[in-house]
Amino acid sequence: MSETTKQPTSRLATLFERLKGENRAALIPYITAGDPAPRATVELMHAMVEGGADAIEIGVPFSDPMADGPVIQAAHERALKSGLGLRGVIELVAEFRQRDAETPVVLMGYQNPIEAMGVAAFVDKAASAGVDGVLTVDLPPEEADELSAAMGERGMAPIFLLAPTTSAGRTREVASKGSGFVYYVSLKGVTGAANLDTDALAAQVEGIREACALPVGVGFGIRDAETAGQVGRVADAVIVGSAIVRLIHEQTTAAGGMNAQVLETVRGFLAELRSAVETARQ
Amino acid sequence: MPETNSKATVGATGAPVDYASFPDQRGRFGDYGGRYVAETLMGPIEELTAAYEKYRHDPGFIEEFESDLRDYVGRPTALYHAKRLSELYGAEIWLKREDLNHTGAHKINNALGQALLAKRMGKTRIIAETGAGQHGVATATVAARLGIECVVYMGADDIQRQAPNVFRMRLLGAKVVPVDSGTRTLKDALNEAMRDWVTNVDDTFYIIGTVAGPHPYPMMVRDFQSVIGREARAQMLEKTGELPDQVVACVGGGSNAIGIFHAFLADESVELHGSEAGGDGIETGRHAAPLTAGRPGVLHGNRTYLMEDENGQIIGTHSISAGLDYPGVGPEHSWLKDIGRVQYAAITDDEAMAAFHDMMRCEGIIPAIESAHAVAHARQLAEARGGQRILVNLSGRGDKDINTVAKLEGIEL
Repeated sequence: MSETTKQPTSRLATLFERLKGENRAALIPYITAGDPAPRATVELMHAMVEGGADAIEIGVPFSDPMADGPVIQAAHERALKSGLGLRGVIELVAEFRQRDAETPVVLMGYQNPIEAMGVAAFVDKAASAGVDGVLTVDLPPEEADELSAAMGERGMAPIFLLAPTTSAGRTREVASKGSGFVYYVSLKGVTGAANLDTDALAAQVEGIREACALPVGVGFGIRDAETAGQVGRVADAVIVGSAIVRLIHEQTTAAGGMNAQVLETVRGFLAELRSAVETARQ
Repeated sequence: MPETNSKATVGATGAPVDYASFPDQRGRFGDYGGRYVAETLMGPIEELTAAYEKYRHDPGFIEEFESDLRDYVGRPTALYHAKRLSELYGAEIWLKREDLNHTGAHKINNALGQALLAKRMGKTRIIAETGAGQHGVATATVAARLGIECVVYMGADDIQRQAPNVFRMRLLGAKVVPVDSGTRTLKDALNEAMRDWVTNVDDTFYIIGTVAGPHPYPMMVRDFQSVIGREARAQMLEKTGELPDQVVACVGGGSNAIGIFHAFLADESVELHGSEAGGDGIETGRHAAPLTAGRPGVLHGNRTYLMEDENGQIIGTHSISAGLDYPGVGPEHSWLKDIGRVQYAAITDDEAMAAFHDMMRCEGIIPAIESAHAVAHARQLAEARGGQRILVNLSGRGDKDINTVAKLEGIEL
């Protein structure tokens, strides 16, 4: 990367550097943009940061979220009913950035909406809006060269998944092609699956570290403060998706929409998770 | 698998094309194909690729596949000169009778091949997606024969319109799981089958029913289906002494079409035509014709032509035929379209239904409504040029469709 195009030190790198000093994992919640409505997304992002989120993953609604389980699938369907697309999601991130210049934001979605917009246009708009990284679920490293190169030029991190079925050779490939962090999917299956085996997880994370110098985020199967703490002991980032999406859906359904009480509940849940992550290594 | 006739020929770009050299190592047909899947699926896909590479040229595997095609499926299927239909349409029409296969369609060729591979890989559970139910029935059939557990995912709407096939699958011992997400049709069933596979990778083999999905599926399904064209080409030469002028096949995902086209790709004199589902007409937007009216994108593990909106969301499709009601198409078709080797056209519901009745009254054959699209397409080709020798792939029989036809005509069965 040339000096002229290089961005200021990335928010993700700054975050993981700082947390190394604090000896704790990052807490990264996930919400699907546009669920329950586009105007709720920015409020929810700020509430999660106030509750203790260190970075935020924003799901880009897609008609065919093949790697997601029922909870997040349903969130995608609700979001699509509002007509929110990738352009709209990027605009929401830009709106979030007006009040928060620090918290890293990672988009998580599928490749087809990016192709429909065009890779160059997507990277340009996302970088300008203040997106820090992009995890394209159905774009493994061997298919990602064009997008990764374009993102690299604008200082955005291509973030890749690792799975229990990923070979050491593939882990090294992900390590060389990714940046920001790697996202270890700690269970076989789709998002929202249950039963986390934390002893096995510790060994798996150690295995990844042998082949990959990037921070290791762990997601799938983290549903409460207890599991967040268990994962926070061994991982560099604790990623919580379905549990938050479910909470937001239950709360907004009961309240008939987004309101201050729902935001307070989300803030409270994040604070519990954050507390568990902070004490995990003590 | 036996190699397809593949001598170098000249594509539309002017460059020589060796069709058998596709896909490349990355599963690419030109810009199409590939492996667009979550990392969670890369392990199982690599395992499948290694197993298929090991067995595709293994004499024991080929021998078992071919003897099962002969003794269990009933191959070779007949090549039949449809004389009265020829007279009606003004062309010399030959039918490749895939409707005569066990279970009533070409789908069994592929289901059998993949099931034999599953057995060799030591898998104890088979899953599949199905639209019209023909692939589900074929998969349930081979699973029953091998004594392997079978789960079939099917869109809730398709379950409604294909009730006889659902019952057939259950009689064969398969579990049919309704899929209520998305558009409740084939694409959603495919999503759900992928989710099952990623959760149960250790013991489960996913038998994809068409020439789509991540590499190696488009190649593997093509290889298992290419027996159709090898037989048909030899039978045409034997019965007429010549190759056909045109070969026509319907295209949903496109497995029967690739199956019959492949043996003819290097025969430059033979025109190849694919019949997409035109639904109510391309101009209405209610159709399932991505090659005719879509654009390239990424879905279900491969890059290919898709029906999508301006935001890249996959849009709902419409066809009277559940088997063609899919917003994507196999990546090899996308490539064959772009290089100009195959012409694709959209056939409307009404045109297909007219051909359905023509086939019944002239030839005493009930075609699947899917296959009736190819018959209607042959009629259009005959009308445009006349007197040609046209080979039509009659990919399946239409007994499963009589409820749909009755409903269209307002008849209560």
